[in-house]
Amino acid sequence: MTRQRRWYTTAIALVITGIMLFPLYWMVNVSLTPRNELRKDPPNLFPIHATFEGYSRVLHEQFPYLGTSLLVGLGTVAITLILAAPAGFALAKLRPMGGSVLNFLLLVAQMIPGIIMAMGFYLIFNNWGMLNTIPGLIIADTTLAVPFAVLIFTAFMIGLPNELIQAARIDGAGHWRTFRSVVLPMSRNSIVTVALFAFLWSWSDFLFASTLNRGGSLQPVTIGIYRYLGNNTQDWNAIMATAVVASVPAAILLVIAQRYVAAGVTAGAVKE
Amino acid sequence: MTTSVTRHQAPADGRTRRGGAAQAASSRGARRRAARRQQLAAWLFIAPVTIYLVMFYAYPLYRNLDLSFRNYTLRSFITGSADFVGLENYRAVLSDPAFGTALWNTVVFTGVSLLFQYAIGLALAVFFFRKFPLATTLRALFLVPWLLPLLVSASVWAWMLNSDSGVINWFLKSIGLAPIYWLTSPNWSLTAVLITNIWIGIPFNLVVLYSGLQAIPDELYEAAALDGASKWATFWRITFPLLRPVSAITLLLGLVYTLKVFDIIWVMTRGGPGDSSMTLAIWSYRLGFGGGSPHLSPAAAVGNVLIVIAFIFGLLYIRAQRKAMNS
Repeated sequence: MTRQRRWYTTAIALVITGIMLFPLYWMVNVSLTPRNELRKDPPNLFPIHATFEGYSRVLHEQFPYLGTSLLVGLGTVAITLILAAPAGFALAKLRPMGGSVLNFLLLVAQMIPGIIMAMGFYLIFNNWGMLNTIPGLIIADTTLAVPFAVLIFTAFMIGLPNELIQAARIDGAGHWRTFRSVVLPMSRNSIVTVALFAFLWSWSDFLFASTLNRGGSLQPVTIGIYRYLGNNTQDWNAIMATAVVASVPAAILLVIAQRYVAAGVTAGAVKE
Repeated sequence: MTTSVTRHQAPADGRTRRGGAAQAASSRGARRRAARRQQLAAWLFIAPVTIYLVMFYAYPLYRNLDLSFRNYTLRSFITGSADFVGLENYRAVLSDPAFGTALWNTVVFTGVSLLFQYAIGLALAVFFFRKFPLATTLRALFLVPWLLPLLVSASVWAWMLNSDSGVINWFLKSIGLAPIYWLTSPNWSLTAVLITNIWIGIPFNLVVLYSGLQAIPDELYEAAALDGASKWATFWRITFPLLRPVSAITLLLGLVYTLKVFDIIWVMTRGGPGDSSMTLAIWSYRLGFGGGSPHLSPAAAVGNVLIVIAFIFGLLYIRAQRKAMNS
């Protein structure tokens, strides 16, 4: 392609990306619009009278929700990593009997619709007294990430050189030492990928929160937005401001870890 | 199953042969002990996740199945017991007029979503595959809609599609079209949630198909260019056929995800107005948690119908994946 044609292609690409990302722009624009101009016709295409009244409401009303989401997200990440990393190592390098059955079950587990899991958990947590509790929500949210995490770890750790693991074994390291001191430090990329996705899925969860934590005193930010939607549909600037704040983890993720994200999306579909 | 067994035995055989007859029987015994120790270690590594799967996957599924065969009422929450009614819930659900609506909406929602997500995703993947300035950055930006919490995307679209103050109706009016009652008209509600879901699914299709394009060897394109093939012919004769395994996986994965979609529809329309945008997942939630007195047992029955559909296609997915791996 000539230089000129390549820039011409870039111009088209910019327009397409602009259309695709318009809803995001609109979210930010509405979040900055004063309340009395929200229903103006024509709408303000640019935040000409930008106000932070929506954001100040977020600060006052949504802080506990954001804190809960953060806590639940970190809990989900911790449990997911603890469960999935050793399993991934064993499936990749230790060749356990029944390993491929487990692999198959992990694939199937990802296909179960959330609503079914939510109903099962509802009955179980009702018996265990775990409805409306943070640990209950963390356990439910881990089911979104654990099967995916084991598959990612397996796919990644298969690629680690066998010689390295054998060398550690010859030096007298047991399987656990080998895993902790050799395999884990080399698996940083997959750990980051899994942690990012586990956090994001737990942060975004609405179904489990709305079924298992409907009456709790500590609720995640998705419920916070949903409450706004139900109660005062007039204050769309506050709703959109909350939406902007709730999108921050996704934005951070994309900026600092873009290549891991792309790896995570494709790993599930192509590589393994 | 078979692949793992042969993989397991191959290196062991090689080592024995290499060792030859000189190897003493005792060292063979030691090796067998080592192999057994490795099996034990492997299962200690796997045990936590296996226990987890039993407790937090199998058990909830079992409780859900059990629930669908009983008549679970408000009293059951306190007493913990409910009458066994056999297939009564399934009979009631399948003969409910809402079942036909929900099934049809599920089929339309899934089918149309997949068609557009795939077609647009593929077109964009091919477009971004051409090397031009900023291609990588712009492609990365395309991921954002996929990473946002579904609840955020759904609320943004709900406001954009608002009948009176939404920016989309303003746009329609400004080009001389009549405004559409996207979320409040039973004729348009399914279209409204479809548009949103397609928008969310495009990035996934783009990224996966793009990585599929990268796997096609450059020589094929060079050969086609030498033969004077047009771009259009190159796409249909080379790109599209070679992309088939990746396409199959993308579509089937998309299908399994789309069947599960709940947040988007619930936030935008709650399946309404009436039942006009109600899918099986939404119906199940409505019955169980939608307000009023909970009908958990019929809700579980609807959920199990959905799971059967998901599993059928899930097995197709796994088969397609095996095929793609072998080819």
